[in-house]
Amino acid sequence: MYSLPIVAEAMLNGLLTGAVYALIALGLTLVYGVLHIINFAHGAFLTCAMFAVWLANTFLGLDPYLAILPLTLIFFAIGYAVQRFVIGPASHGDDGNILLITLGLSIVIENALLAGFRSDTRSLMTDYSFNVFEVGPLLISQARLFGFLGAVVVTGLLWLLLAATDTGKAIRAVAKEKLGARLVGINVSHVFAVTFGIGCATLAIAACLLMPTFYVNPRVGGAFVLVAFTIVVLGGMGSITGALIGGLFIGVVESLCGLFLGESLGQIGIFIIFILVLLFRPTGLFGARA
Amino acid sequence: MLEVKDITMRFGGLTAVGGASLKVDKGRIVGLIGPNGAGKTTLFAIIAGFLDPTAGRVIFEGSDITPLPAHERAKLGIARTFQIVQPFAGLDVRENIAVGAYLRHARAAEAHAKAEAVARRVGLGGDLDKQASSLTVAGRKRLELARALATEPKLLLLDEVLAGLNPSEIRDIVPVIRAIRDEGVTILMIEHVMQAVMNLCDEVYVLAQGKMIAQGTPREVCVDPHVVEAYLGKGAADRLRAEEASHA
Amino acid sequence: MTRRGYLPILLVLAVLALLPFAVTSNVVLNFVVFVLIITLAAQGWNLLGGVGGQSSFGHAAFFGTGAYVSAILQVRFGINAWVATAVAVAAGAAVGWIIGFLSFRAGLRGSYFALVTLAFAEVLRILANAAGFTGGAAGLLMKLDVGFWNMQFTSRAAFLWLALGFVAVGLIVSQMIANSRFGAQLVAVRENEEAARALGVDVLSVKLKAITVSAALTAVAGCLYLQYFLYIDANIAYGLWISVEALLAPMVGGRGLVLGPIIGAFTLHGLGEASKLLAGRVPGIDLAAYGAVLILVVAFAPGGVLGLLRKLRFRSQPVAKTAEETA
Repeated sequence: MYSLPIVAEAMLNGLLTGAVYALIALGLTLVYGVLHIINFAHGAFLTCAMFAVWLANTFLGLDPYLAILPLTLIFFAIGYAVQRFVIGPASHGDDGNILLITLGLSIVIENALLAGFRSDTRSLMTDYSFNVFEVGPLLISQARLFGFLGAVVVTGLLWLLLAATDTGKAIRAVAKEKLGARLVGINVSHVFAVTFGIGCATLAIAACLLMPTFYVNPRVGGAFVLVAFTIVVLGGMGSITGALIGGLFIGVVESLCGLFLGESLGQIGIFIIFILVLLFRPTGLFGARA
Repeated sequence: MLEVKDITMRFGGLTAVGGASLKVDKGRIVGLIGPNGAGKTTLFAIIAGFLDPTAGRVIFEGSDITPLPAHERAKLGIARTFQIVQPFAGLDVRENIAVGAYLRHARAAEAHAKAEAVARRVGLGGDLDKQASSLTVAGRKRLELARALATEPKLLLLDEVLAGLNPSEIRDIVPVIRAIRDEGVTILMIEHVMQAVMNLCDEVYVLAQGKMIAQGTPREVCVDPHVVEAYLGKGAADRLRAEEASHA
Repeated sequence: MTRRGYLPILLVLAVLALLPFAVTSNVVLNFVVFVLIITLAAQGWNLLGGVGGQSSFGHAAFFGTGAYVSAILQVRFGINAWVATAVAVAAGAAVGWIIGFLSFRAGLRGSYFALVTLAFAEVLRILANAAGFTGGAAGLLMKLDVGFWNMQFTSRAAFLWLALGFVAVGLIVSQMIANSRFGAQLVAVRENEEAARALGVDVLSVKLKAITVSAALTAVAGCLYLQYFLYIDANIAYGLWISVEALLAPMVGGRGLVLGPIIGAFTLHGLGEASKLLAGRVPGIDLAAYGAVLILVVAFAPGGVLGLLRKLRFRSQPVAKTAEETA
C-alpha cells in the first residue's frame, strides 16, 4: 500500500523530529532525576523560548542559530530564579505540591503569553527555511538536519557536563542522596536551581533549533510536553541516554502513525505507548534510572 | 495459633530470612529477639502479609494463609504495629483509632465508641481530640498499639513498641501489654528492651542472620551460648565462661 | 453525630436557591449556572483527589464521557434526555472504574497517577476528535427543543435549580461519605497506605470505589454542560481545561472538605470575572489569575479558603474552639 521510499522518508522525518523531542525531554528527565519532580511547566517554558526566538528575529534581526548563545544564558537564569525563588519556597518540599505549582506556572505563562501575543500563530522566514539536501530519492530539510545534529551534540555536551565537571558531580551527588550531599557541604537548593536552569537552557536551544521550520503560538508547548513526558517515561525517569533513544523512537512512532492513521489520529500512538509503559513498566524500557 | 514454617525471603542476592520457623500458642506472649539486621521485621512483614516469602508457609488457626493479602489477614484477626510509627498525621487520635475499629463495626457511632474505649485502655483517653502529629513519641507508640487493638485481633504482632521510650514510660506500658494478653489476645513481639522481654514473655525465639538459633524461656535463651555469640561475636560465650571461672 | 456537617450545606443551598428571586440579571444567573456545573465536576475530583489523595489531571475523561454519551444517545438515537443522562453517568462511572483498575492495580501513585489520567483523557480527546459517530472535529449540536422532558429550559432560574439539585446531591453524598466507614478508610489510604492495609483496609477496592463515584459526579457535570450549551466538541468535553477546573476549585476552596469545591469554584470564577473587569477583555487574563491563585494557595494557604477562615476564627476566639471541638 505504501511504497518503501514513502515509509523510509516518514521514518527519516521521524528521526529528525525525534532528536528535537529528545532535546526537549532532556531537560525534563534531568530535572526529574535530580529533583524527583515532574515539571509540568516544561512546555510553557518551551513556548516562552520559542517566542523569545521569534522576537529576537523579528525585532533584532537575530538569526535563530546565532540566538542560541544569548538565549541559553537568559533561560538558564530564568530557570535558576524560578526554582530558587518560586518553586522551592512555595512547595514546602512536598512532591505533590511541586506538581501543582508547576501546573499553576504553566497556566500563568501560557495565558500571559495569550494576553500578550493573542492566539495568532507566527513563524520565521529565514532564507534557508526551505533548503533541502537530496539523498537518493529522499529530500532532507537542511534546517531539520541541523536540528538533529544540534540535539545530538547538546545531549553529548550535557552528558559530559554531568560526567566530568564539578558541577556535574554535585548534581549527581544530590540526585543520589540529598541529605548526604548536604552533609558534605553541597548547597542543595543551589544545585536544584542550577539543574532547573540547565533544564530551561536546553529548552532555549531546542527552541532555536525548532523555529526555522516550526511555528509558535501560546499553546504550542502543550503539544510538546506530553510527548516529552512520554519520552521521559519510556527512556526511564532521569536517564539521559534513555531520553535520546526514547525521543528518536517516539519521533518515528509519531511519524509512522501519522502516515498510517492519518493526521488527526497520529498522536494517539504516543499516548498509548505512554499509558502502556506507565502501567506495565514504570521504570522505562531502556534500562535503569541515572 | 500461629505457625511459621521454613520461611525464606530473598531480596535479589540477599537472603534476609533463611528457613526460619516458629510457633505461637494461644494466650501466650512470645518474644522474637535478635541482633539488628537479623530479619525480624522482615519475618513480621511476611506473617502480616506485607511481603510474599520466597519459600515457606504461614499457618494461622490451622489454615494456610500464605497467599492472603494483608487486609484479609487483618480480617482473620492478625494485627500488626510498625517499628517506625505510621500515624495518619492529618487525623485526630479518635479518627486514627476508628479506622481500625471500622474493621468490625460498619456504623460510625459504634466505631467511634469502640475507638474511645480502646483509647482509654491504652491511656490515650485524654488525647482523643489531639492531632496525631502533635503526640509525643510515647503517645504515638500508644496510638500505634490502640489502632491495632481496635481491629479486635486474635493475634497481635508488636514491632518494638517499647523502643524509644524512657524507663518510666516503659514501666507504664508493660502492664498494658500484659492486660491485653489477659483479655485473650495472643501476642508475638519483637523487642530489644531485655528487661521487658524477661518480664513479659512466656517464650522467646532468637533470630540471627535470618536463622532461628534458639528457642525457650527467656532465662534459658539468655544463657544459650549460640545467643551470646550472635549478640557479642564468635567465641564470646567461651570468653565469658572463662572469665566467670577465673573469678570463681 | 451522624447529622454532623449538614447545617452549613443547607445554608449554602438555601442562599443559592433563593438567588433567582433576588437577581434577575441573566449575566449573573448564567455565571451561577456555569459555576455550579464546574462545582459538580470539582466535587467529583475532590472525592478522589481531596479526600482520597489521588490527584488526577484527567477528570476530563469522565466529564467528556458523560457529555458525549448523553449527546450521542439523544442526537443519534433520539433517547429521552433524562434517560440519556442516567446512562451517561453510568458510562462515566464505568470509565472511572476502568482507568482506576488499570492504574491502581499497577500501583501508580502521585505524579505517575496524575500523568496517566492525563494521558487517558488525551486519548479519548483524540478519538472523539477523529471518530465519525462523535461528530469528529465539528462536534455535536443538540436540537433546541425546550421542555422539562428534554431537560431544556428557557428560564435561567429553572436551569439554576436543576444544577443546584445535582450539586445538592453531590454535597449530601460527599457529607455521607465523610461520616462513613468508607470515608474514614479513604482518608486513611490518603494519609498512609501501609498503615491502612495493616488495619484491614482493602486499599485497591477503596480506591476503586472512590474513583467510580468521583467519575460519576464529574460525568453529571458533563451532562449538564451539554444540556445547558447544547453543543460539545472534543476540546470542550475532553479538554485539559475541565481537568484543571475540577482540580483547582477544591484546591482553592479547601481540599478534601465537603464545601471546598463549591466555595473554591465561586471564589475562583469570582476572581476571574473581577480580573476581566480590571484588565478589560484581554484573552487569558482570567486563566492567568487562576494559575497565580493556585500557586499562592499551595504556598501560603494549603487549607484553601475554608482553611484560612477556620484559622482566622480560631485565632480570634480561642475559647469557642475548644467548645466546638468537644461538642
